[in-house]
Amino acid sequence: MPTANTEEENSKSELQKNHGGGGGFTRWAVVAVIFRLALIYFPGNLNLSSRPEVSTPLTSIRRLAEGYWLKQSSMSPYAGSMYHGSPLLLSVLGPLTVKSRTILTDSVAHCRIEGQPSHILCSLVFVLADLISSILIRATGRKLQIAYRKSLKSLNLLNKSTDSGALSSGDIAALVYLWNPFTIVACVGLSTSPVENLFTILTLYGAATGLAPLAAFGWVMATHLSLYPAILIIPVILLLGYGPDAPPSKLFRSKEHGKVGDGKSSQEIIFSWRRVFHLLVWTSLWSVYVLVLCSISVKQHGSLQEMFQRTYGFILTVEDLSPNIGVLWYFFAEVFDFFRDFFLIVFHSNILFMILPLAIRLKHRPCFLAFVYIAISSMLKSYPSVGDSALYLGLLGLFLDELADMQFSFFLFCGYVGVSLLSPVMHNLWIWRGTGNANFYYATAMAYACFQIVLVVESVSSMLNHDRKLTKLSTSKLQK
Amino acid sequence: MTIQIRKGKRATEPQCLGSQRSLNSEDLLFPNQTGDSKAAVYFQLSNGRFRPPPAHRLIAHHIVDTIAPIFFRVSRTMWLPLRLTLLLLFLLLSPRALLRSGSAAVVSGEEEEFHEELLLKPLPDRKVLAHFHFHSIAPPSKSNGRHHHLFPKAISQLVLFPSSVPFAMWSDLDLILNFLFRLLNNCFSSSRKYDVFLIVFALIGVIVGEFLSFGQVQKFRVKEMELSFTQGRWNYERWGGFDPISSNNAKPPGVELWAVFDVPEDQVDAYWKNLTNSLSGLFCASINFLESSTMYSAPKWSFRITPGRLRYGTLPREAVCTENLTPWLKLLPCRDKAGLAALLDRPSIYKGFYHSQRLYLTSNASVPAETVSGISLEQTLTVVLQPNSPSSSSIHSGESNFQPSWSLSSIFGRKISGKCVLAQSSIVYLQLEKSIFSEQKDNMDNGPNSLASEGFAGGSGFEMSLDPDIVIEEENQSQHKGSSVLYGFWVEKYNESQPFDLGLKWKYPVFWSSRQAPLHASRFLMGSGNERGAIAILFKSANSADSSSGSRHVSDGCELQVDVFQVVPWYIKVYYHSLQIFVDDEAKPIGDFVHKIQVSPSKDKTSPGMMEMLLKLPCDVRSAALTLEFDKGFLHIDEYPPDANQGYDIPSAVISFPSFHSVMHLLSNDSIRKSPLLSRFQEKNRVQSYTEVLLVPLTTPDFSMPYNVITITCTVFALFFGSLLNVLRRRVGEEERYLKAGKKKGWLRVLLSRLLAKLRGKPMEEPDQPSSESAPLIGKKLVLKVILVAVLAVAWQFYST
Repeated sequence: MPTANTEEENSKSELQKNHGGGGGFTRWAVVAVIFRLALIYFPGNLNLSSRPEVSTPLTSIRRLAEGYWLKQSSMSPYAGSMYHGSPLLLSVLGPLTVKSRTILTDSVAHCRIEGQPSHILCSLVFVLADLISSILIRATGRKLQIAYRKSLKSLNLLNKSTDSGALSSGDIAALVYLWNPFTIVACVGLSTSPVENLFTILTLYGAATGLAPLAAFGWVMATHLSLYPAILIIPVILLLGYGPDAPPSKLFRSKEHGKVGDGKSSQEIIFSWRRVFHLLVWTSLWSVYVLVLCSISVKQHGSLQEMFQRTYGFILTVEDLSPNIGVLWYFFAEVFDFFRDFFLIVFHSNILFMILPLAIRLKHRPCFLAFVYIAISSMLKSYPSVGDSALYLGLLGLFLDELADMQFSFFLFCGYVGVSLLSPVMHNLWIWRGTGNANFYYATAMAYACFQIVLVVESVSSMLNHDRKLTKLSTSKLQK
Repeated sequence: MTIQIRKGKRATEPQCLGSQRSLNSEDLLFPNQTGDSKAAVYFQLSNGRFRPPPAHRLIAHHIVDTIAPIFFRVSRTMWLPLRLTLLLLFLLLSPRALLRSGSAAVVSGEEEEFHEELLLKPLPDRKVLAHFHFHSIAPPSKSNGRHHHLFPKAISQLVLFPSSVPFAMWSDLDLILNFLFRLLNNCFSSSRKYDVFLIVFALIGVIVGEFLSFGQVQKFRVKEMELSFTQGRWNYERWGGFDPISSNNAKPPGVELWAVFDVPEDQVDAYWKNLTNSLSGLFCASINFLESSTMYSAPKWSFRITPGRLRYGTLPREAVCTENLTPWLKLLPCRDKAGLAALLDRPSIYKGFYHSQRLYLTSNASVPAETVSGISLEQTLTVVLQPNSPSSSSIHSGESNFQPSWSLSSIFGRKISGKCVLAQSSIVYLQLEKSIFSEQKDNMDNGPNSLASEGFAGGSGFEMSLDPDIVIEEENQSQHKGSSVLYGFWVEKYNESQPFDLGLKWKYPVFWSSRQAPLHASRFLMGSGNERGAIAILFKSANSADSSSGSRHVSDGCELQVDVFQVVPWYIKVYYHSLQIFVDDEAKPIGDFVHKIQVSPSKDKTSPGMMEMLLKLPCDVRSAALTLEFDKGFLHIDEYPPDANQGYDIPSAVISFPSFHSVMHLLSNDSIRKSPLLSRFQEKNRVQSYTEVLLVPLTTPDFSMPYNVITITCTVFALFFGSLLNVLRRRVGEEERYLKAGKKKGWLRVLLSRLLAKLRGKPMEEPDQPSSESAPLIGKKLVLKVILVAVLAVAWQFYST
């Protein structure tokens, strides 16, 4: 079969290319890890772990340590309003915080007075999580790229797509994730968002490679840790059902119509219910498993109900009004109590409202759909941090080829840089110097929200334009 | 400004009505005269009733008070048998009530006691401590019902006994009896038919009122309660930290209230809320702010040794002023008209360095088995004043060593003209440290016995203007330091013509120091900025300056127990895992010193954080420090007080030393046993001190921004929603049509030209599409749409209103 041969050749050449790029990737990944370790060992006076941009009430390691302390002193970790994370995370990371403290009691004692606990073991875990996520992103990227090329080839458009230099889009995405200052800050600043991101990426990887159990595990854990990845179930189902991203299915159909009489219409995309069924079975299994583990770990001093109240309830009823890079804290600090419930519903349903239209429009590109969902939820979530932004910015790299002609990209880049520089300044003016007021910081949060909105809208629109372009090309080819 | 704002809040409380106060003014002086029904009504209104009485009760009283007497005069034609049956019915309804009130009339009066005492004590730093102690005792309720001759009824109602009789309000009973007696009187003199119904109606009204208010009366059930209003801070280093006054009467600034209830654990909070509201009305203070669960806590073991259903709350910023003192004085039988309380001249009291009025209530009245003490109310007022006589100031400028000489009239500007006639005892004590005498002994070479007999006479370094009636010495213990001598003066010997005006004149410069608690505790904040900080409690050994053999009777290797009790409001989010302990400036593992720790972490907007800790420090510790880190919370704009930028107060921590007891071992004497003040001094209480109140500034949002924030945020959300939907909505087919339509034009330009065309109301000039007939169509459609929307709007408006 000539087609099979060409395919093999193609994949071989891709592999070689990836191998060549792989050296670059490993080099840069190692450098990134070393850079992180250097930052951890020479903390200087960064104070990252208490930055509002880095650690939210959900992801702060200090709160986790407090929860672990409460648990150790035979109280519910959710007693008081300190800890709002998962009990599993508590049992995994909690001992590390204490251990590091006992080891370093003498040497770091004087440091700790300034509010700087040094949780070196914890930060090693986070560095590892970052590394694994980048590797998973890379693997997902390769999978996506192969699928992309394959589908382009089947549409006879392959020559049109330009090869993207030395590195494939997966490598670029992984490196963007690793070298993004947001990721580095979240990792060094000891927020638990690297772990949450890891599970989200694991979900995508599992779904992209068709491993239903892995995808289910990732989804259950990510949802358990931070609720918002729950909406990823739709892209995961689509990924497993239709396979990785492809141009609109209409194209294939029209192409087949064009090629009348070709008996082998294997390109017909079938929704594989079997995998989705697997996914659902595994999801229920994993969630039962996670719930059992949680109930074991909280049963001494609390109940599952308390856990849900303190984690999901805390996320949904924005109780903590301490400033972060989102917009909800100031809104709920200012809004009249009478309208509080109304606006809670409105803001949360804003995420939900966009699920269906996006799913209908982008159902042939489930990975991109997942990216859009993650971006939207990290923009509108109750306690956003830069770790969430780091995740979707990393995933953005996966769609380099498709989003090549995105508008405003330079403007967005400048905006992100500007906001990430201005936000600490405004925070400092407001909180530490007392010369500014809350509106200063709120203004940067608003600007950040606007940039994120522009990013989401533009990426969606350019992805749709890309599809249109493909359609046009293929129809023009067919007409020829 | 602050005071005005705070007081302004209280104006909303219904209890502080001026009219009620004016009613109050006359009857408390003559609490016995309840025979007159009008006085009884006033009595009802004024004392013990912290809320306005229910309307049905007022109606009933009104009927009894106004209508009934008129009809007594008129109702000469009433049927005798009917009245008798009514009376019998009534008596059957409340047999015990009548019996009890009868017995009360016989028994009462001889058992209720009132004592007034004043302790004066010169302090080492040229100030004078005046400690007023008023003690009222009501015998157990069994014999005494609800009538009190001396005891303030407002307080006795806080300690309510369970009554088996439906007519729980005994005070109403006399009203009813009064009514019935008149009825009886009239019975024999007249008979008329029609007013029977009125009388029956009145009776039914009263009875129904009783039944309805029955459930509301049993509100408090307080077993033990202490309320203090304090201004200024007790200077533990100079004024002493070990004697009974500093342990019992030195209180944190503002209001402190704790109470032990005699109810099941699940009802304690409800009773506490009722109590705070009623006390708030009684003392015209914002104690009702303690009602919310974020303001009080339930210490388990560190605050009081006695376990129980204890609730504890403080208002550090409460401003204490005369409006709190006046209701406090009203509880005294003679108010400030006679007796020792007549000294309480407001300007001179509030001029002082420290002012603390306190109310301590104990009762076992609710326990029917115990018939020992009934209710006991201890009212103390502790003031630290600076005597400033012109002569002393001149001396002061010349020789700074001299203690200022003073007299009662120079301190208070008043003299005592006799005792309160209702008081059992009225004594003024002057307390002097024995170390003064020992110093003088060196100087004068007097015998130790002379101080008792001749110390006052002028032989030693000071001179009293009056001869003491009794001299009480503190028993010499193993530690010599800190023992003192008390000179007692009977006030009853003095009268208007010969007022009591005790003066003290120093002849030599004397020095002494007050006895200190084993550790001096202070508390401070660390860190800057409005995001986080740390609380530090620092203990310094009080004996570091002295010789080590002073009061420390313990050998090396011993342990010094320190209880720390600290309540932190919820917006100070304390990280308890960050607890650190430094002993002698070295960080030490916590387990070595913290013997026991109990933490109830704060819940947002629900409960404050509470920490109880038992430290065991080595006795030779020089200093020990505890640090706790915290994050500052951010509140909703409604939760900020009017002066948000002033900051928030963290209430004082309570430091107590369970192994040390502040007790005066006085040589037992009959007069001591009688004196409540001295018997209180002889009680074994643990040494206790309060730390400073901390002021934490919190960040404020912009209070003027709600509308701006809402509109801007919603705009951004709308931008997101709209633009994303717009992108999704665009059709490929549409796109292709545009592409076909205007090959060269970009779609944006096409869109623009369309928009312009729509704005002009003209059809788009597209060459290949002749759309001349579509122009009126568009217009028609537009008009139709507009009309549809308008109709919808009108319908909506119509149906929604």
